[in-house]
Amino acid sequence: MNMDIVDARGLLCPEPVVLTQRAIKNGTAALTVLVDAVAARENVTRFAASRGYAVSVSEQNGEFKLELSKK
Amino acid sequence: MEAQVKLTKLSSCAGCGAKVGAGTLSRLLGDLPTHADPNLLVGFDRSDDASVYRVSDELALVQTVDFFPPIVDDPFTFGQIAATNALSDVYAMGGEPKLALNLLCVPEKMPQSAVKGILAGGYSKVFEAGAIITGGHSIFDEVPKYGLSVTGFVHPDRFFKNLGAREGDVLFLTKPLGTGILTTAEKAEMLELGEIDRAITIMTTLNRGARDCAVCYRVHACTDVTGFSLMGHMLEMMQGSDVSARVETGAIDFLPRVLEFANMGLLPAGVYRNRAFAEPYVDEENLPLPVRDALFDPQTSGGLLLAVDPKDADAMERDLKASVPSAQRIGTVLAKGDKSIYLI
Repeated sequence: MNMDIVDARGLLCPEPVVLTQRAIKNGTAALTVLVDAVAARENVTRFAASRGYAVSVSEQNGEFKLELSKK
Repeated sequence: MEAQVKLTKLSSCAGCGAKVGAGTLSRLLGDLPTHADPNLLVGFDRSDDASVYRVSDELALVQTVDFFPPIVDDPFTFGQIAATNALSDVYAMGGEPKLALNLLCVPEKMPQSAVKGILAGGYSKVFEAGAIITGGHSIFDEVPKYGLSVTGFVHPDRFFKNLGAREGDVLFLTKPLGTGILTTAEKAEMLELGEIDRAITIMTTLNRGARDCAVCYRVHACTDVTGFSLMGHMLEMMQGSDVSARVETGAIDFLPRVLEFANMGLLPAGVYRNRAFAEPYVDEENLPLPVRDALFDPQTSGGLLLAVDPKDADAMERDLKASVPSAQRIGTVLAKGDKSIYLI
């Protein structure tokens, strides 16, 4: 079970995408990304989709938890 | 030796992407008092590019101001882009810039060579435009910012408004799109050496060529495409003109790799602000998401968007091809429909 977490809260675009890209470079099967802006949520979602990951998003107190899993 | 400054590291949102959203802005300005003056031909009661004031039957003054944080690291290039962008509002009214005043904010610790570089870049573009910098004002600020207030002249009966488009008009765009996305990809260090150059060339090309060409034809509406994106600025034009637009997205010229980076989520936050503002009025069909996203990309120093009488469209297209970076015939104006913009 892979429990990698990227905490990109408080970071501005394109930083969340850059960190996510770095984290999945070695073909990680599952990854959690935390962000706190709609732009970051949308950008990481687009990035994950372009790399063949399914994304499920949950929101709590204005923060977003993105769970990426390799399709 | 002075340390190399990386200007974009000092700012969180760059270029015209730093603009306050269109919806927020109209709420902020809504209740302020304004004098009625018959000589004020365009004021801030309308969301146009610059104000226009009639001095005589032959002459009107065009005034505008524009400034923003660095979008590129090189001080001289940043100065050039900021000046090109500030001058553009005068061209968008069909005017000719004459006088300009610098607006400069710099951190106390910024090396003098960088400050000089920014100003020299600004001077170079104002000089190229045939205008004169006559002064300015500078203050210390943590995040650098540069721009200019520009004053120009136009004939009071022949300036361009950002409304007035008519059914049947042909829509032209004079620069390729995607400077916001490319500068975001540059920040993410995804670009190869030299790949940003084309975007820089675009951002430092004066809209003078487009303006000089456009004034020879029956232009019913004109605006420059900046922070609100092609969709945001087109929406203002269509709503103000009480018409709709059909846009052939296949005819739009995106800078190289823009759609690739859009697909990867390398989008500036302004894309989502612009989308939130304009989306309810845009019929996006089933176009690929990267194309739709790129149409909301905030442009820095973008081209002119022109609505032209159909009888003049072919001639103007030929003329534009010789005078602008990318002459794109992107659509037509329709009678007002349920939506303001229909993408196909």
